[in-house]
Amino acid sequence: MRTTNNVILQTSIKILLFFIVLYSVYIFTAGHYYPGGGFIGGLMTAGAIVLLLIAYDIKTVAKILPVNYRILTAVGLIFAIGTSAGALLFNVPFLTHAFGHVVIPVLGDISLHTATLFDLGVYFVVVGVTMTIIQTIGEDE
Amino acid sequence: MSLLHLAIISPLLLAIFIPMLYKAFRNIHTGWFVLPLPILLFSYLLTYLSATTNQQTVAETLNWIPSLGINFTAKVDGLGLLFALLITGIGSLVVLYSIYYLGKEKEKLGNFYVYLLMFMGAMLGVVLSDNLIVMYGFWELTSFSSFLLIGYWYHREKSRYGAQKSMMITVFGGLAMLGGIILLYNMTGSFSITEIVSQSGDIFNHPLFVPALLCILLGAFTKSAQFPFHIWLPDAMEAPTPVSAYLHSATMVKAGIYLVARLTPVFGESPVWLWLIAGFGIVTLFWGSFSAVKQTDLKAILAFSTVSQLGMIMSMLGIGAAALHYETLDDNIFTVATTAAIFHLINHATFKGSLFMVVGIVDHETGTRDIRKLGGLMNFMPITFTLSIIGAFSMAGLPPFNGFLSKEMFFTAMVRVLELDIFSLDTFGILFPVLAWIASIFTFIYSMILVFKTFTGKYQPEKLDKKPHEAPFGMLISPIILASLVLIIFFFPNLLSQSIIAPAMASILPSLLETGKEFIVHIYFWHGFTIELFMTFGVIVLGVLLYLTKDKWKKVYGLFPEKLALNKAYDGILAGMQSGSYRLTSSYMNGSIRSYLVYIFGFFILILGTSLFAKGAFKMDTSNVASIGIYELLLAIFIVIGTVSILFSKSRLASIIILGAVGYMVSLFYAIFRAPDLALTQLTIETISVALFLVCFYHLPELKKEEAGMSFKLTNAVISVGVGAIVTLIALSAHSNKLFDSISKYYVENTYTEAAGKNMVNVILVDFRGFDTLFEITVLAIASLGIYGMIKLRSTRRKEG
Repeated sequence: MRTTNNVILQTSIKILLFFIVLYSVYIFTAGHYYPGGGFIGGLMTAGAIVLLLIAYDIKTVAKILPVNYRILTAVGLIFAIGTSAGALLFNVPFLTHAFGHVVIPVLGDISLHTATLFDLGVYFVVVGVTMTIIQTIGEDE
Repeated sequence: MSLLHLAIISPLLLAIFIPMLYKAFRNIHTGWFVLPLPILLFSYLLTYLSATTNQQTVAETLNWIPSLGINFTAKVDGLGLLFALLITGIGSLVVLYSIYYLGKEKEKLGNFYVYLLMFMGAMLGVVLSDNLIVMYGFWELTSFSSFLLIGYWYHREKSRYGAQKSMMITVFGGLAMLGGIILLYNMTGSFSITEIVSQSGDIFNHPLFVPALLCILLGAFTKSAQFPFHIWLPDAMEAPTPVSAYLHSATMVKAGIYLVARLTPVFGESPVWLWLIAGFGIVTLFWGSFSAVKQTDLKAILAFSTVSQLGMIMSMLGIGAAALHYETLDDNIFTVATTAAIFHLINHATFKGSLFMVVGIVDHETGTRDIRKLGGLMNFMPITFTLSIIGAFSMAGLPPFNGFLSKEMFFTAMVRVLELDIFSLDTFGILFPVLAWIASIFTFIYSMILVFKTFTGKYQPEKLDKKPHEAPFGMLISPIILASLVLIIFFFPNLLSQSIIAPAMASILPSLLETGKEFIVHIYFWHGFTIELFMTFGVIVLGVLLYLTKDKWKKVYGLFPEKLALNKAYDGILAGMQSGSYRLTSSYMNGSIRSYLVYIFGFFILILGTSLFAKGAFKMDTSNVASIGIYELLLAIFIVIGTVSILFSKSRLASIIILGAVGYMVSLFYAIFRAPDLALTQLTIETISVALFLVCFYHLPELKKEEAGMSFKLTNAVISVGVGAIVTLIALSAHSNKLFDSISKYYVENTYTEAAGKNMVNVILVDFRGFDTLFEITVLAIASLGIYGMIKLRSTRRKEG
């Protein structure tokens, strides 16, 4: 348990966190057109959580974000493999992506791409891996 | 599969059932179940006698690996049949003898007979196979089963030593022989002996001829205990006596002789063959008989005597090959050596087998084989005494025993060496009769020692464990049969000559026979007053004199320093190889990762550097080089400064921070070279890894934390400079040697149209080459699970411990 009083740090983190997470989501989603993607997006999200860890302590963060990062890694791998293997169902080679424009009632015309799902897998794996490593080492006595 | 094949492997098949019979019938000695088989085989093989007498050979083929030309071809000709009869005949007698020799309560009879049958089958396979690879397989099986038999009493240290020694030497020779077989195959394109013999004229001038010859001879010499490979035979005497009688006198040690005889038609015309076989044979003859005299153990005497007699047969086979050079001679006087070799082979099997059995009886009934403890047994064991007289006098070459006949023929052959006018035998050849004569004197002496030191002289009951008495009749049957053969062969020597010896000679020297003819073998026991007879007289007179004055000249053996003995050499070589390889391994496998890295990088430099310059691959081409801007220059300078200062920094913390700085500068490089994704990733990853380094730094143990700079080592400096230089040179040459355009144009053109993306890097990562990414994230997952496992599992184990 942290004994020092880190009011300034904790307060500023609370505000900063949103920006960082937003930025990481932006980087992730923009990946197909601009620099970024699952890898760097995942790293940044993990960076945000690490900031939380620094400001608070492991138990508090675990309470705020009750995520088992090892399962997150596995989920990410399933996403990546599932997207790749899904192509087989349509009689095309493994890892063939499909894309197209879809009109969705509220959002209007948007372009969707199965590569994004693959990238989402990458994103989850990177967050999961980074957090597993940092948490494990941090918890170690 | 023909009956012949079945006959060859029948001992192996019976061996499978022996353990069951042993378990099921505890009251009956297992040997009785074994005994019918060799008798049956012996009688079956006798049926081939009429065929071989008429110069016919019987060959049966069983396909095994036809694509490689390896087939189990069983071939019965004169030579093979002679050996097969010896193997099964003496095999029957040895099994009978062993039934009385080995107690059924004390011994593991199941094992014994399994090994013995394995050996018998293997031996039959060796002598009846026409395919060299199959023969080699059986050959190694004889080594193997002999190893098991020598180590039968495996709780004894000396048995294990003897078994290991015989295994090492015979397998060494066996492998050499395999090499020879392969060379023969290279020359002739066949593994079949018959086909190789038919091509023997063509391969005589082949460059591989002499290497093949040497390899084959190495196999034959080690198996047949020729000088200097004879050292395993005396140590193999730790085996039970039936084994010694069977393997180490009558059969296995003659496998080498068989091989030499069998391949004489292939190699016989070469002077190397003649000189090596005759030379090594005669030296072995002399050395074996000379060494036998100083032994005090009965079986050791017999072992050296076997060595010497094998040398004698070998030398006769060598001289016999000389006959091949006198094809025109109608009355070829040199074939007598081959006749003598075959005849003595039979004789030796009879008298040596019986002598081993006699020694076994003495051992069994008195508890010792040491001639210093034995003496005066004549009155206790009259039959054994008679048998030993017959065996030993035959061995010494005295009438009226069969050894006399073969010794006379041996002398004849050796004297005729002087008449040979080839291969400078007319000058150096004088050594053969002289050495043969001296060796015969020693043979006479140890034969006398064997009989008279054991059975006459003073009876010393206080030195014996048991009260001696005559052996049970069953134990005496086999030696009696063998001893009567010794006498029968003397009085009717020509019983065997046309039926067995002539066909065997036809197999050894086929080229001398015109079609339809056969060798006329006639053995006389009276030659008239020839030089051979006088040589025998000389042997007897000098032998008796030397035997009587033995105590006076025995000091001769002390002159020969013990250190130079061949056994010492063998032990020394073995120990030296062991300690040498240990020292070699521990000199470079020193457990330090630093040294291993030095080897790895050293070889890296060596191999890449050599191929770079040997192939003339280094090339520098500046036409394809971009201009260098100020930013690149500055960044490069900073990176170099950072890198160098890591080497000279005193504290670890400083090193970590400089490393981080270098990493950030690399990401700047990415930015300059327009790789935004890489720059972003490099920045974050560098941050995380620096943090992890700091964690490691923080947890360094206090005990030996020395804040000292790196110590300087010249090797390390040289190697790191070398690696850097090599990598730079390779990078420069690779850049200057662009053979074709990059494929990136395709990606540039198709990123949007095919994959609906504008970030080419990302599209390549997740779409064009998503497969790599899939496994890279798997790598990450494994790494994280590894770290998790390492830390968590370690702490649980600590709790348990």
